[in-house]
Amino acid sequence: MEFSSRARLKHARLAGDRREQYPHSLQFYLEPPMESISLVEFESFAVDRLKLLKVIENLGVSHVRGTDVYKSKLESELRKLKFPYRALAEDDYEARRKDHISHFILRLAYCQSEDLRRWFLQQEMDLFRYRFNELTESLMQKFLEHANLSFEAVSMARERDAAGEPGGGGGSPPVGLADAVDLFRARKVFIKDGFAYVPFKEIDVIVLNNYRTKLSKALALTARSLPSIQSDERLQPLLNHLSHSYVGPDYSIQKNTGKISLEQIDALSVKSFPLCMRQLHRALRDSHHLRHGGRMQYGLFLKGIGLTLEQALEFWKKEFIRGKVDADKFDKGYAYSIRHSYGKEGRRTDYTPYSCMKIIMSNPPSQGDYHGCPFRHSDPELLKQKLQSYKIPPSGITQVLELVKGVHYQLACQKFFELTHDVDDIGFSLNHPNQYFTESQKLLNGGRELKKEFNNSGNFQQKNNSQESTNSSSTPTSSNAKADTELEGLEAYFTED
Amino acid sequence: MAPFEPAALPELLPVFYRRLFPHGPYGRWLSYGGVKNYFQLREFSFTLRDDVYLRFQSFSSPQELERELQKINPYKIDIGAVYSHRPNQHNTVHLGAFQPQEKELVFDIDMTDYDDVRSCCSSADICSKCWTLMTIAVRIIDRALVEDLGVRHRLWVYSGRRGVHCWVCDDAVRKWSPALRAAAVEYLSLVKGGADTVKKVNLSHPVHPFIRHSVNVVEKYFEEYALRGQDILGSPEKWDKVLALIPEDILPCQGRAKDSVQRWELLRARLERTRGRPAAQGPCYADWEVMLQFCFPRLDINVSKGLNHLLKSPFSVHPKTGRVSVPLDLQRLDQFDPFAVPTITSLCQELDTANSDGEQEDGGATEPKRRTRDYKKTSLAPYVRVFEQFVEGMESARRGERIRRSDLQGDF
Repeated sequence: MEFSSRARLKHARLAGDRREQYPHSLQFYLEPPMESISLVEFESFAVDRLKLLKVIENLGVSHVRGTDVYKSKLESELRKLKFPYRALAEDDYEARRKDHISHFILRLAYCQSEDLRRWFLQQEMDLFRYRFNELTESLMQKFLEHANLSFEAVSMARERDAAGEPGGGGGSPPVGLADAVDLFRARKVFIKDGFAYVPFKEIDVIVLNNYRTKLSKALALTARSLPSIQSDERLQPLLNHLSHSYVGPDYSIQKNTGKISLEQIDALSVKSFPLCMRQLHRALRDSHHLRHGGRMQYGLFLKGIGLTLEQALEFWKKEFIRGKVDADKFDKGYAYSIRHSYGKEGRRTDYTPYSCMKIIMSNPPSQGDYHGCPFRHSDPELLKQKLQSYKIPPSGITQVLELVKGVHYQLACQKFFELTHDVDDIGFSLNHPNQYFTESQKLLNGGRELKKEFNNSGNFQQKNNSQESTNSSSTPTSSNAKADTELEGLEAYFTED
Repeated sequence: MAPFEPAALPELLPVFYRRLFPHGPYGRWLSYGGVKNYFQLREFSFTLRDDVYLRFQSFSSPQELERELQKINPYKIDIGAVYSHRPNQHNTVHLGAFQPQEKELVFDIDMTDYDDVRSCCSSADICSKCWTLMTIAVRIIDRALVEDLGVRHRLWVYSGRRGVHCWVCDDAVRKWSPALRAAAVEYLSLVKGGADTVKKVNLSHPVHPFIRHSVNVVEKYFEEYALRGQDILGSPEKWDKVLALIPEDILPCQGRAKDSVQRWELLRARLERTRGRPAAQGPCYADWEVMLQFCFPRLDINVSKGLNHLLKSPFSVHPKTGRVSVPLDLQRLDQFDPFAVPTITSLCQELDTANSDGEQEDGGATEPKRRTRDYKKTSLAPYVRVFEQFVEGMESARRGERIRRSDLQGDF
């Protein structure tokens, strides 16, 4: 007799057998979590998984997948974030549960566009591949049986004249032809009675293909529930935040406010500003003006490095007056918006300094703009010339351009950091222009400077608390009060009507 | 027996569809046990006189199909896929919503694809000498379908002129995606390359069991077909073609050999000796490569890949030859003679003869019964028998499956 897997899980939960629910450290995420969870857990799980996937993305470009350094770095990240990292760990229930739930939450956030789906799929595949390959052979067998990878139990009485044939037999599990299409078509594997007998060393290809197909379909299915997801008041702000989020210090509260003097800015712009801000500063000095996008991006950056409001007003006014703006006009117009961005006027959508993700993904520059990310938005030829003018060695330029071609803009900036600071390894994962500045200063000043005591407000709720404004949606403040509210009924988004 | 004349078709087809076409088993086949509107969603296409072509025909029941066939008397019937909606209503469906859902996996093996390796005939012609290629093809592919792919229900059919078709009807296979069908064709393909390619078969070590099984089949026919029949080593210009496929450093000595058979022996022996010799690319399989290039089946991937591909129906008449597309009896495959397949003309003549003989017997029989028994009086009978066995095979498998499932559920 067969129980459906859902019935079995429910039964297990009721019986209190936690291990039955998650018998393996690895899973295909076929069934959405059916329990209720608190809003707090919902967010923190999602944010942690997002951190994990971003680490995986970075590792995947900086190291060859599967090498020891890749594996050890990934393992330490998994441990840090409390995800399952070792297949054998017996009492892994909490980690497995977190893994399960966080995966499904991110599905909601990342099903929303083709780009997001592709990104999510790629990172989840890498994560799965790593974890699958870490399994011992016997655990692998158990997992495959549990996952019911479309093979039926082949009775042992069936003769297999497979010994010595290409592609194994003798102990290889039979796999349905549909799951081994590439091996089947190319005759790379032994076929009998409609099954392919895949040797263990090829089995991960099959399993991964299977996983990719399943997840891809599931994402498409979830995307169909998009309208209802987006109108779900509990979720919409959280999920939007996740899919555009930068997860790390937001540089909204500075410890070193007032430690920078205006006279230092020119020198700092060459030594410690990331290319985007250096470019903006240069443009400001040259044309005594910046358009709105540039003012926002650069102005908030300056706030992040410690410029006070008074300094900012002085800085911008001095420059703009050199241009076509007279003092009066400045005080009436531009000054207001500077005060605004320091939180002294009205309400604002977001006035934390922009992260790399935000700069790269939103508000691309047009003719006459100088904001954006040069690695993303500049013509590669122009970028090359600019790097040459900064006396970057040709081999370095080539490396940077390669990364740009591979769409790794932040890595290109990291490379730029390494080349301009003459270090081999930047030592951190670049996510934010202010981070670039801080690290650069640390390096140049021998670490005397700032300690990383920034408010770690990857958490959406806390971020709102530290700002005086609220988002257009009213949920965040109310959700604050309902911190223990349970989220129910989400599994409807994951199932076919 | 009068020869077939295409001009006679309009007169003969009504007789054919009334008294010869096996509507009964045909309808049972395509109903597949009456599952979920399968028959109603199936596309048929008819070709009428003057090449008028009607696509997206569909019918509510096998009886309705029978009535329509007898009304329209098409020159040719094609079978297409089972669609998401009734094909004859496809214009009422939202663009993109009308999609093929399932279809048999089909193969079409055409003698013209072998023109580069047969010297007796070319293009649409066939003879008893080259027909062996079809026999070899059926044996190789059928073995692979059954033993490797685990298929049970397949119907091999003579196309009516110069080739054979295969209809694979297992439930699971009918659901295969185009990608999986293409993969199956590739699995079954060894001869690659067009007019520009001289050496079309290249084997590398290790050799997959499928290839070894196929070589075993070819070996059974090779001497008779290739060496005697086609005489592939019989003259310098002929054996040049063979030598073009063999590595240069293995020169056959022609001196003592007098005919293709002897020459092949020498060549073969030499090649087998070198097989053990360590070479940069691994053992040499040139003898197998030659045999396969001359004999291995050549499939058209386009026929098999797409769900919406239309293929000539079994028991359809070939408008140019008049021959009926009859099922092949695998037990008697080697004895099959395409020139002995009944034409619509000969069948109608047989009916005339039979009627004048047996009129007294059927005095009390009702009309439909007499009609259904009619084909039994003709040379079509054994072919219909093969078809009925095929349909019965599927029906009994379905019964067995139902019993097994109800056992599992504890039903009574």
